[in-house]
Order: sequence, then C-alpha cells, then structure tokens
Amino acid sequence: MGVPVIELAGVGKSYGPISALRDVSLTVDAGSVTCVLGDNGAGKSTLIKIMSGLHPHSEGTLTVDGTARVFGSPREALDLGIATVYQDLAVAPLMEVWRNFFLGSELTGGRFPFAGLRIKEMRRITDAALRDMGIEIDDIDRPIGTLSGGQRQGVAIARAVHFGARVLILDEPTAALGVKQSGAVLKQIAAARDRGLGVVFITHNPHHAYLVGDHFVVLKLGAAVLDARRAEVTLEELTLQMSGGDELQSLSEELSRPS
Amino acid sequence: MTRSPVRLLARPEVGALVAALAIFAFFLAVAPAFRSTGALFTVLYQASTIGIVAVGVGLLMIGGEFDLSAGVVVTTAGLVNSLFCWWFGVNLWVGALLSLLVCLAIGFLNGWLVMRTGIPSFLITLGTFFVLQGVNLGVTKLVTGSVASANIADIDGFRSLQAVFAGNFGIGGVTVWTTVLFWVLFVAVAAWILHRTRPGNWIYAVGGAPESARAVGVPVVRTKIMLFMSVSFLGWFVGMHTLYRFNTLQAGNGVGNEFIYIIAAVVGGTLLTGGFGNAIGVAFGAFIFGMTNLGIVYAGWDPNWFKAFLGVMLLLAVSVNLYARKWGSR
Ligand SMILES: Nc1ncnc2c1ncn2[C@@H]1O[C@H](COP(=O)(O)OP(=O)(O)O)[C@@H](O)[C@H]1O
Ligand SMILES: [Mg+2]
Repeated sequence: MGVPVIELAGVGKSYGPISALRDVSLTVDAGSVTCVLGDNGAGKSTLIKIMSGLHPHSEGTLTVDGTARVFGSPREALDLGIATVYQDLAVAPLMEVWRNFFLGSELTGGRFPFAGLRIKEMRRITDAALRDMGIEIDDIDRPIGTLSGGQRQGVAIARAVHFGARVLILDEPTAALGVKQSGAVLKQIAAARDRGLGVVFITHNPHHAYLVGDHFVVLKLGAAVLDARRAEVTLEELTLQMSGGDELQSLSEELSRPS
Repeated sequence: MTRSPVRLLARPEVGALVAALAIFAFFLAVAPAFRSTGALFTVLYQASTIGIVAVGVGLLMIGGEFDLSAGVVVTTAGLVNSLFCWWFGVNLWVGALLSLLVCLAIGFLNGWLVMRTGIPSFLITLGTFFVLQGVNLGVTKLVTGSVASANIADIDGFRSLQAVFAGNFGIGGVTVWTTVLFWVLFVAVAAWILHRTRPGNWIYAVGGAPESARAVGVPVVRTKIMLFMSVSFLGWFVGMHTLYRFNTLQAGNGVGNEFIYIIAAVVGGTLLTGGFGNAIGVAFGAFIFGMTNLGIVYAGWDPNWFKAFLGVMLLLAVSVNLYARKWGSR
C-alpha cells in the first residue's frame, strides 16, 4: 500500500480547559476501513471533526497525501476529497432528497446572473446514484426528514461517493438504527470500500466494527488505548477493550460472588 | 418519482391561497363598494406597498433570521434622500443613490453583526430598529426643525424619480400604480431565485440546518448577509416610492410595519424557525393584508377593528398551515 490518504500523528484538541483528545495517531488507507471505537465522551466526534475541517487541531500533525494540513473550514477538507457524514446527519430536513443530495454542489446552467439549476438532471442523477448504492427511495421529492434514519445515512453515503470522495468519515452511522437498517449501512460501507474509498467508521459497537473493519483504534477519555490491525486483534479482545477492559476485570472481582 | 396529491397540501402557499379566496368572497358579500375593478386595484396597491418588503422579509425568514428594522428603514431611506438634497441643494438622484448605499450598509451591518456575534437577529435588529427610529426623528428635527421632511417637489430630478418610483397609469378608467407591477416582478424574481438557483437552495439550507449547510460547503455567512441586504434594498425601494408619491415624510412613520411584513410572511406559510416557505405564499399574505385593510373601510366598519382582525388572521393561518403541513408530509 502506498502513502496513506490521511495520517494523524500525536494529534490533540482542547476546548478551552477541557482536553477532549490527546496524542492520537491513526492512518486512513485507500480501500480499507479504519474503525474508531470508544464510549460516550471518549473523543470520537472530536477526532473526526478535526479530519473533516470543522475544528482545527491544537497539537500534532495531520497530513493528507503526505502534506501537513490544518483545516480552516469543511470546504478545505472537501476539496481534498474528505467527506463526512455526521452523527446528527447533516441534512436540511425540510428540503427534498435531491436538493439535499446536491446541496453545496448544485449543477447550474447558463451564465450569472441567469444561472439556473439543472433540476431535471439533478433529480435523475440522484435517483441513479441512490440505486447504484442499493438504496431504495420511492420518491426523491420527499422532504429528507421524512426518510428513515438508515435511508438518510444511505443518501449521505451515496452523496459522498458520487462527489468523488476519497475518504468517507462516518460518525456513529448505526447508533440510532435497528438490526436490519444497521446491516444496510454496513453493506454501504463495504460498497464504498470496494470502490477504493478510505473509510473512517466511528462506532461504539465492536460487533459492527469487526464486521467491516481492517484497522481498529479504541479511544478512552481522549487517548488511544488500542491500535491494531485486523490480524492482531479478535472480536473478544475488542469487546473487552470497549466494555472497559481492565476496569471490567477489577469490577468483576469486586462483584464476584461465592459460588 | 411521483408526487401524491396530498403532498400539495404541504406546500407553503396553500393555506394562504384558501384564506385569500375566503376573505375575498367575504368582502364581496358584505361590502358593495368592494365589487369593482377600481377597488381591486386599490387593494393591490395597498398590498404592494407592504408586499415588496415582505417578500424580502419572507426570504430572510426562510433563511432563519428576522429583521425588525425593516419597517423604519423604509422611512430612513426616504429621509436620507430628502433631507440630504434639501440641505445641500443637490439633484435628488444623488440623494437617491446615497440612500441606496446607506440602506445596503444597514442591511450589511445587520447581517454582519448577527453572523459575527452569534446574537439572535431578533435582538440585533431590535437594536437597529431603535437606533434608526431615534435617528430618523432626531436628524429630521435638526435639519427641518419639525418631525416632517420638507417638500422636495421643486428640487431637480423630482419628475424623473417620481416617474420611476411613484408612477401610475389608467386602463379603462382604473388607476394602476406601477408599484403593483414592481411587486409582481420582485415576487417573480424571488420565486425564481428560491427554486431555480444555487443561492435559493442555500437560503433554505441555512435556515433549516445552518450547521449542516456549513458542513457541506454552503457559504452560510455570505448567504445570510445577502438576505439582510435584500430586505434593506426592498425597504429602500418602498422608501423611494413613499417619498416621491407624497413629496414629504413623517419621520416617525414605518414603526410597526416590521410586524406586518412578518405577519404577511407567516400567513403565507413561512416557517418562523426557517427552512420552509416561498415567495408566492408571502405575496398572498400581503394581498390578504391589503384586502382586510381596505375591505373593512369599504364595508363601512370602524377601521380600528383592523388590528384585531389581523391578529385573528395570523392565529388562524398559523394553525391551518401547521395542520396542512403535517397532513401533507405524513
Ligand atoms: N464544542 C465543545 N466544547 C467543549 N467541550 C466539548 C465540545 N465538544 C466535545 N466536548 C467534550 O469533549 C469530550 C469528547 O467529546 P466527543 O468527541 O463528542 O465524544 P464522543 O463522540 O466520543 O462521544 C467530551 O468530554 C465532551 O464533553
Ligand atoms: Mg459523538
């Protein structure tokens, strides 16, 4: 494998006095899935906000294709092909599916000030792109807020793939979903990986992570406590780390009952 | 890719259209004086003087912001032009241009302050509202010694400016004010921008989900500042109309109109929290305003009832819109 698309080295971030992330290193390679696991408040969202340009990091280095960067806005990350699907699903809920699909990257024809939207074309492309990723939506004129959580994730993922993302960052895409919808999202992650995208998959579910992950980073209170390739770790170890690892061990001793 | 007919009910302007038809029928029935083409065009004129600014306010509200200074900025626009030219004795066109720049600057400042400080636009523009209200009265008194601006009908440029901003023509014995045509034009342009251009897409997005919009690369700050500037531009336009129609202005005028604009927008289906609405709906809202305002007079009732009527209209429209939207987007 060549140069990683994104490489973080010793990255940290403080919100004023609160240190949300410390000394985290991580690589994102094309065509592979990097899973970031951790409990609530572990710093997962903070980590991806750094990679997606929403907040600049305060320590360490972030390199994209070998060049060090500090993102000032999401646009800068997007222009380098880093697309993010947020936990709160970055969509305008009352806008139609196709308008959301093209939001910020609308197709126009004609010359300013008469540059009109190419609405027919955008609707057609949206429909095709969703089908391509195996997402079924009966009516792309629906307000996107009326879709199910899984469908909205699907639209967001298809959108990133369509606009030529090289890296797809997903913040807990399965957190609010049932088993079936989670499965659909995991399939979309695999589909994106198979198209050669580097995927960063944030989750607190080790089972979901292990189904698609090539590389695992477990965060705890802002620091990485495990960083392993798929070959180096089992689902049991991952689950143990996630559920508290050593703490769980001592907890089990404390709570142990005479048999 | 099909549209269900029920979905139509979720369109923002449907409630306002139904209400407009009902109110129209009502006044046709109770007010004989209402039943003439002349009366219709008087209503349209009345509606246009509110509707022109209201369409800007509607766009701004779709974009998730308020402008409480939109009423007094109309008076500020007229006063800047009138007082400046009267005091320095220069051609009125110079003052009209200066007034345009002042209004655009006020709009820019409103937007810039809101985006820069993160303070809700309701508060920022409440501040501008009071500042402008005080400045309108204070400066007018300093310049003319009274609370009204001087008559400018004899200053150079008056005729041509009046022809542009306060013209009218007769068709078949009916007087048509050109503001009505300008209103139609502004609504058409606003509708086109909202639905057929990138900035239109951005307006809905920055109103409905500003953080999401920023995350996908929409220029949120620029879009919102442009919206504030559009409102003050339209305020300038109506200010010019008022000045060149009446030659003189009361410095205290315009106060209270900011709420009429908001009511027109809300009655027209604009969501108070942003992200939803359209230009046609706001136009219906302004038309309802014009109809009730004059309908009450034509019916021979005490015009003081108008405000009460307006309040009831607002409550009805908001609830009807809410139910229609819920039902339509099930
Ligand atoms: N904007 C912010 N301002 C201050 N503290 C924050 C902010 N965002 C997150 N934090 C804090 O940083 C820590 C990590 O949060 P986050 O990255 O959201 O964790 P996760 O996504 O893993 O649940 C938490 O303690 C949280 O309270
Ligand atoms: Mg989170």
